[in-house]
Amino acid sequence: MSKITGAQAFVKCLQEEGVDTIFGFPGGVIIDLYDELANSSIKNLLVRHEQGAVHAADGYARASGKVGVALLTSGPGATNGVTGIATAYMDSIPVVVFTGQVPRALIGNDAFQEVDIVGITRPCTKHNYLVSNPEDLIPTIREAFYLASSGRPGPVLVDLPKDIIGSLVDFPEREEIRMRTYQPHVEPHPGQIAKACQAIIEAKRPVLYVGGGVILSNSSEELTELAEKTQIPVTMTLMGLGGFPGTNPLSMGMLGMHGSYASNMMVAKSDLLIAVGARFDDRITGRLDKFAPDAKVIHIDIDPTSISKNVVVDIPIVADCKHALTAMNAWFNSQKDVDMTSLAEKYQPWRNQVNEWNDKHPLAYVDEGEIIKPQYVIETINRLTGGDAIISTEVGQNQMWAAQFYKFNKPRHLLSSGGLGTMGFGLPAAIGAQMAFPDATVIDIAGDGSIQMNIQELATAKQYNTPVKVAILNNNYLGMVRQWQELFYDKRYAGTVMEVTPDFVELAKAYGAAGLRAKTKSEVEPVIKEALAIKDRVVVMDFAIKREECVFPMVPAGGATTEMLLV
Amino acid sequence: MKHTLSVLLQNKPGALSRVTGLFSGRGFNIESLCVAETLDPKVSSLTLVTRGSDAIIEQITKQLHKLIDVIKVSDISEGEYVEREMVLIRVKAESHTRAEVLRVIDIFRGKVVDVSPTSYAVEITGPESKIKAVIDLFRPIGIKEVVRTGTIAMARAPKK
Repeated sequence: MSKITGAQAFVKCLQEEGVDTIFGFPGGVIIDLYDELANSSIKNLLVRHEQGAVHAADGYARASGKVGVALLTSGPGATNGVTGIATAYMDSIPVVVFTGQVPRALIGNDAFQEVDIVGITRPCTKHNYLVSNPEDLIPTIREAFYLASSGRPGPVLVDLPKDIIGSLVDFPEREEIRMRTYQPHVEPHPGQIAKACQAIIEAKRPVLYVGGGVILSNSSEELTELAEKTQIPVTMTLMGLGGFPGTNPLSMGMLGMHGSYASNMMVAKSDLLIAVGARFDDRITGRLDKFAPDAKVIHIDIDPTSISKNVVVDIPIVADCKHALTAMNAWFNSQKDVDMTSLAEKYQPWRNQVNEWNDKHPLAYVDEGEIIKPQYVIETINRLTGGDAIISTEVGQNQMWAAQFYKFNKPRHLLSSGGLGTMGFGLPAAIGAQMAFPDATVIDIAGDGSIQMNIQELATAKQYNTPVKVAILNNNYLGMVRQWQELFYDKRYAGTVMEVTPDFVELAKAYGAAGLRAKTKSEVEPVIKEALAIKDRVVVMDFAIKREECVFPMVPAGGATTEMLLV
Repeated sequence: MKHTLSVLLQNKPGALSRVTGLFSGRGFNIESLCVAETLDPKVSSLTLVTRGSDAIIEQITKQLHKLIDVIKVSDISEGEYVEREMVLIRVKAESHTRAEVLRVIDIFRGKVVDVSPTSYAVEITGPESKIKAVIDLFRPIGIKEVVRTGTIAMARAPKK
């Protein structure tokens, strides 16, 4: 077998994994990799900042379900990527990040553009590697893809010293990866499944609480089957939106800090909480001792550390959500003596109560004539796209309004930084999603604050003609913090007033993008229609929204979820 | 409550810092930590002493197990186990205290490993309580230096 260079082996490994697109930014130590990539069919997007590269790879992964790949140079290139890596880590997104490293002989010598990126990213990667021998290069890359995409997915970083990239290696056949130390628990325990199903039969006020695990494991069909079979009302976390159709009558939307009144009330009053791929984040539970105080808890999660971390679980099921839900559906189908119709009827008073809560306090806002309400913008986007667009968000009020007022009917249609809450995520993530689905409508719902965190990626969008649409809900504030200041800090708007904001329409034009603006409510629909019609380049829509609008309902931090502030 | 964890992990660069990083990153404390190669040079064995409620210890063991380099985690303090620690103590030993120091060393089955006109360096092994006891006895005599290894531990073989 003839030897090939490390760079050639790198490209061959990516092709083996089916990688068609990567996002990156070159630098001295990875010139050889870029040179080799230029010979391949792999699309290689040059971003404008390494954070954008990792977010784009992340957005690509969230939208497509495939592994996203980013390629960064050593030192500042690698450290700029850390925010993207931590974002993917918190939301369990399969991403492989390759970073260049100085030659092995210089490691530890404070060489030019040297940084211990393996040390820096140890707490925010699922695993990471410094390749220290040429013969380890290929097995490490293969293992990285396997780790990123299996079990509870997550980002994996591979640090590649320059001399390893340049060394000569054999290219061994790919074999099935078996790791002594890593065996994710995919199949559920049949006894636990039976216990869980029995608990459902015995419950009077059950609730399905659905998290991002359902989307990551592609099990929304199985979840929908279970919910419809049993007629149990469903609530979702931000990461779970789309895991169950938002327009289904059983869907009560999101729960938690900015969740719907019905969702928070039904969780608080439930006697059985069926958590599926959700992790009881503090933004969901609020005050822990008041969270679902009367409920027995079933928890399906592939990661044993999630179970009983925040909330004590009565029936743990450590498994892939898809396998566990399939097993539960099969259990119900196999029970001759369980009549599903009468089970659904048994829950009828409970559903009536839930619907009553929902009718009493639906998600709402006060219309103020020609003043643009951000919720109206989202509703209009929802209406004009038929709820079919891939929506990415930035972080803050824009994110919560998108989660509340866009009805996500399909999984992988909301791309949002849930765990880390990373401002600047939405635009590069949208570019990544658009690369995975060139014909889809991809819209980044942004705030004027967040968008400026990675606005330079408009150039990337322009360069590769990705027709991403950016909808800026512009209130010249860091709106979410301003909302907290209004409610809890006596309206002292310290550091939240964006006194200088660029003219986003002019800025868009400067980047070669289309720029549109709506100043009144009646201009909103024509602007969105015009933006949706533009298919050949990136579009920026600037909506001058009511400056003081707040996100409601809201559970004050540390409060019980039943103590919501309403519109 | 005190717990003694025994962890097998891959003998790879960075593996130990993943373990310690997990503790610092999650606000858990390590009281003592001992690591060395096992019979298999690719595998290290690690004894770790920590404190916490049952819920915290459960999280610690689960989180440790989640680390890709970790092969096995067992809380050996759940069953019967033997634990040992070694300490080197340099204790003042002048003409009028020499005999007493030697007597204490003898009682604790210690060994003198270095002698000077004014001090003995003593090696003592035993469970943590014994180490503590000997240090307490030497303290009034005058301890110049103490170096402890931290605890190593092993579960007792099951008795049939």
